[in-house]
Formats: sequence, C-alpha cells, structure tokens
Amino acid sequence: MRKILKQIAKTGIATEAPPKASDVEASERIHNEILKILGRALTIREVDTGSCNGCELEINALGNVYYNLEGLGIKFVASPRHADMLLVTGPLSRNMAQALQLTYEATPEPKLVVAVGDCAINGGIFGTSYATLGGVDKVLNVDLAIPGCPPEPIEILQGILTAVRYRLPSSR
Amino acid sequence: MDIPDLELNVTPMSTPFPLLHGEVDADEWLTAALAIAENHGRLVALWGSDSHRRKSGRFTLSAVYALENGKLLWLDLPLSGQLVNYPDISGIFPYAARMQRAVADLLGLHAEGDVDARPWLNHGTWPADYFPLRREFTGTEVRAWPPVTDYPFVSVAGDGVHEIAVGPVHAGIIEPGHFRFSVVGEKTLRLEERLGYAHKGIDKRFEHLPASQGHRLAGRISGDSTVAYAWAYCMALEAAWGWQVPARALWLRALMLERERVANHLGDLGALGNDAGFTFGLSQFMRLKEDWLRLNKILFGHRFMMDCIAPGGIAFDLDLAGVEQILSQCEVIEAEVYELRAIYDDHAGLQDRFLGTGAVGAELAARLGLTGLAARSSDIANDVRIDCPCAPYDELMVNIAAHPEGDVAARVAVRFDEIIESLRLIRQIVRDLPVGAIASRSSKMPAGRGAGWIEGWRGGIFVALTVAKEDRITRCHAHDPSWQNWPVLEYAVIGDIVPDFPLINKSFNLSYSGHDL
Repeated sequence: MRKILKQIAKTGIATEAPPKASDVEASERIHNEILKILGRALTIREVDTGSCNGCELEINALGNVYYNLEGLGIKFVASPRHADMLLVTGPLSRNMAQALQLTYEATPEPKLVVAVGDCAINGGIFGTSYATLGGVDKVLNVDLAIPGCPPEPIEILQGILTAVRYRLPSSR
Repeated sequence: MDIPDLELNVTPMSTPFPLLHGEVDADEWLTAALAIAENHGRLVALWGSDSHRRKSGRFTLSAVYALENGKLLWLDLPLSGQLVNYPDISGIFPYAARMQRAVADLLGLHAEGDVDARPWLNHGTWPADYFPLRREFTGTEVRAWPPVTDYPFVSVAGDGVHEIAVGPVHAGIIEPGHFRFSVVGEKTLRLEERLGYAHKGIDKRFEHLPASQGHRLAGRISGDSTVAYAWAYCMALEAAWGWQVPARALWLRALMLERERVANHLGDLGALGNDAGFTFGLSQFMRLKEDWLRLNKILFGHRFMMDCIAPGGIAFDLDLAGVEQILSQCEVIEAEVYELRAIYDDHAGLQDRFLGTGAVGAELAARLGLTGLAARSSDIANDVRIDCPCAPYDELMVNIAAHPEGDVAARVAVRFDEIIESLRLIRQIVRDLPVGAIASRSSKMPAGRGAGWIEGWRGGIFVALTVAKEDRITRCHAHDPSWQNWPVLEYAVIGDIVPDFPLINKSFNLSYSGHDL
C-alpha cells in the first residue's frame, strides 16, 4: 500500500487541458455544456464494425489520465440501451452490418452516430467489396465523421464534443 | 532436407531467413505433415490460391512449417485438373482446422475426411457459390446479398447447464467476436468461439493494389502490429524483387518493432490489472503508454508508426537529438516499470486473480500449436528473433523471456520481462546504429515469389507473396499467430469461472482483425 501511495503522489495530476477547438476552453465548461444539453453525463457505446483495431487503441487512450474523458462527463457504457451516442469504427463488414443495425435500434432516442476513422467514412484502404459495404453511412445516418488513420485521441475528443454541441438539440 | 525419412525436392528461397520451397503430391502432403509433426515441427500457415494459368490444374494449396532447427518449409500442393479436394491435416495439426475452413469459404477447396465443414469466415453474407479468391470473381461484385445466418454451435446438455452468448458487440472497447459459453453455475464447461465478424476481404484486396503499395494494406491488417506486418510484407516483396535493404534501415525497422512491442505490453499490463479490479495499474500503465506513443509521433510522425516502413527501407531518419530522446525515455520507463512490477508482485488481491487462472500446460500447448508470447508463458521457447534471426537480430542477440506455468501470471511475467529486454535492445540499436542510407529503391520489379517472417509482439507473423510483372500482386496471404492461439483459449477457460474470462482473454490478447482478414 505504501508503494502504491508513493507512486500516486509521485505521478501527481497528469491531466491536460481539453482541446480548445470550438471555442471551448475549460473542462468545467465542457462538462456544464454537456449537462445543459443532455441533462446528464454523455454516454457512448463503441461499435467496431471491422476495424483494424487502430481506432480502438486511440479511443481507449481517451480514457488515460492525460485526456481524462470521465472528468469531462463522458463515459463509455456496456450497453447501447444506456447510450446517447454510438461511436462506430472500421469499414462496415457485411458480417457486422446486422449487429450494427441492432445496436442502433437498441439505443434510445435522441441518439447520435459518430463515424471514427477513414474506414468508417468510406471503407478506407479496404474499399467496398464482397466483404465490406464501405462507410457506416451505408446503414446509418451519420451525424459527424472524424477522419484519420487512426485519428488521434485529441481529434476524437474534439469530434465527440462538436457532435454534442451542434447536432443533438436539432435531432430532438 | 532436415527431417529423417522425408525426401522432398526442395530449393532454398532468397529470403533473409532460411526458407525451403517445394512442390508435393497429395500423398507427400500427408507424409510431410506427419514427419514434421513427429520431429517437433509446427504448422505456421495454410492457404490456397487459384493458379489459373497453370496447364496441369487450377488450384494450389500451400502450407508453411517451422522446423525444429528454425528453418521454414513452404510446400505447394497443386491440385490436378479441376480438382477441389485435398487431404485433411487437421488430425495431425488440430489448429489447421480453421485455416482449412477459411480456404473452403474463400476458394471452394475442401479438406477430405471427417472434418468440421461449417463455414468460418462466411457468415452467410455472401452466396455459398461465390468464392472471392477465384479468378472469375473480382471481389467487388455487388449483388443483393443475404443477411447473416444462424451458426450451429455445439450444444452441451445436462442438469443445470445453460448458455451465455457474448458478442459480437462487446461491453468494452474491443474488436467484434462471439463467445458461446456453456456453464453450470459460474463454472465454464465449454467455450466456443465464432470469429470472422471483421472479415474485410484483405487477401483479395491485395490483388487490387500495386505491389509497391501493398505495405500500406499490410500495415492495417492488425493496427496494433502495423510495424510487424509492414516489415513482413516488405521483406517478402524485397525477396521477390531482389532488392537490397541498407543496414541502417534494417536497424531502424528493429527499433520500431521493439517500440511496438513495448507499447502493446504496457497497455496490456494496465488492462490486466484493470480486469483484476486494480484500476491503479490501468491508469499508471496507460500513462506510460501515452508517453511512449507521443515520442513515436515526434520521431516517426505517427503514434503507431504506420507507413514508416516501405519497400526498400524506411520513410524517416533518426537524428542524434532523437537518439537522446529515446535513451532518456528508456531510462524513465524502465524505472517506472520496475516500480510497478514490484507493486503488482506484492499485491495479494491481484496475484490471487492471476495465479493458476487460465492455465495451459506445456504438453497441451505443444499439441494445440500455441505460439508466440503465450507459448513462451507455457514453457515453449519459440521466438523468430532467436530461432532464425534476420539482420539486425543476428547481432542483437535477444534473450528469450519464458515462464513455465502457463497461467495469467506467467503471461503477465513474460510481458514484464519482454519490456525490459526490448528496452535493452532499443538502447543497443540506437547506440550501434549503422550510418548510411535509409532506403534503396530500384526500378527492378520482376515477377517472383517472396516471404516475410517477423516476431510481432503476439508471435510470428508470416507473409507469403507472389508478384507478377508491372508491380502487380497475384497473391498475398498474411498469417497472424492468433490463428494458432484462438483455439487454445477455448481450452484455457475450461473449469475457470465465467468472471475470469475477460482476464484470461486479455492475457492472450489475440487479434480479431488479423485473424478475420
């Protein structure tokens, strides 16, 4: 226990300021905005529809102490029934198309769909084939797309915040 | 040949690692498999091709074996006429079964005998008479194709037995796959995996790309192993084209490969702590991983070093300032990893979850073909960097990390050991880095055949490549060690409780995308 406490004290607070894009300046303000729009924390269900796992690595990185996603009032949830937003990665494989559709249907309204990475936008390097439909928009209406291969955590965070601020009220 | 009682007509290929290539008939296909198994060899990969223009017949089945002495053996079995059947070897190498099922789905070739004939990669989403790897199909035909069909899982009957279905959409941020547990109370009687959800037609897609661009697709077969795949692909292409890669480029490729290993091990050690309820471990290791990735971005322009390896060499150079940054980061990370290891080792609650959980004994591991990091945790010492060391590993002399227990604790221990060893290698690489060019490209792009064999952080990654003139790919098959290790996971969980599954699964951390292709 002593070693653990020592390590925690030595590490200190590593959390960095959130992205300044969209004239957002402080984590408190983001948190307040999310509360104002949603009335509670933003919950996200991540769906991999055939990604190479690169986007998953970066989405996972959002949870580390530097980005401190939960500190902004954003958390990943285990069930689509608890989610406000689907974060979808990968070229849409035919083998995942039905699972994505069912996940979407299980998500309560109002809901947002954010496509993460070049593959989720148009199939990326995998293109469209007997095995992939291409972008996620072949099956769902996409509210916001975040390009990159993979997009970096800070870009994914910016995308999530942008989607919440500009899209959710209008979909109500 | 290096196997007693096995006489085959083979010729060495011009790969940087020892690889023999030969053609066999159906009888030899079986006798070779038997002799190799008896002499402690193992199957590395199995795939099929449509050889279209060959006069005597149309299809070819290929297998690559790793022999006990570290050499690789690539055997082609040309099927005569329009024949689509070949002898089953899954009785000899059980892990060949899924590879054979994938060949059936993609090419319509069938292993003869008492085999599992259920489709593997095709979930019913493309017609049963559509074989994407056959030449008459482009792979991009668009038809009104059916939705997924039900899969006949093996059911377990008995008093109190029930099923738990998990996936393909999981509770965490992970790749898609389905796990069907048959349980009594909390105890797992049987696990059956269903994979293929991430199948995106990579083998066929290669044929649409110029060979000189194939490394970009190879680098996206499994994003966490982008360096290993890109290197294996480039190794294969450079062998086929007869290109020489400058020494400095090879050393910098090894630098990236070891950095990739450290990044993944750091992430896994955090996640393993987390899956045992120790979130402190997750936040500490994820912090170290983030520091590590940020330096990648500064030095190589990409956090995972995607597209940094290209045919003929590499796409960036490292200056002295970069060397200094790497050396000082290694020092910091090493000190932190030692401290965190002491915390993990001393933590009774954590060790209680790790010790004895998901155990795979050495004998079972050998029979099931366990490979890579997981095998080294079950007392099987295979590591491409040691068994057939290509430059610069012939000079680096890697020390193997091995633990005999085969449980989650052993897989944790191997990761800790490998981080420390990779940090040592990284320091040695940047200190002894040869001077000179970082790439040597040539206009020479002849038709040919090549192969790549690289120890990624999970295990050996093999790439088989055939190219035609004018920068074209005729066939490229990339093999992930997860093909071998996924079936072993089904055994590792037997008798453990269901809540230990995420922990056991994470301790293997196998690739879905690399397997599903």
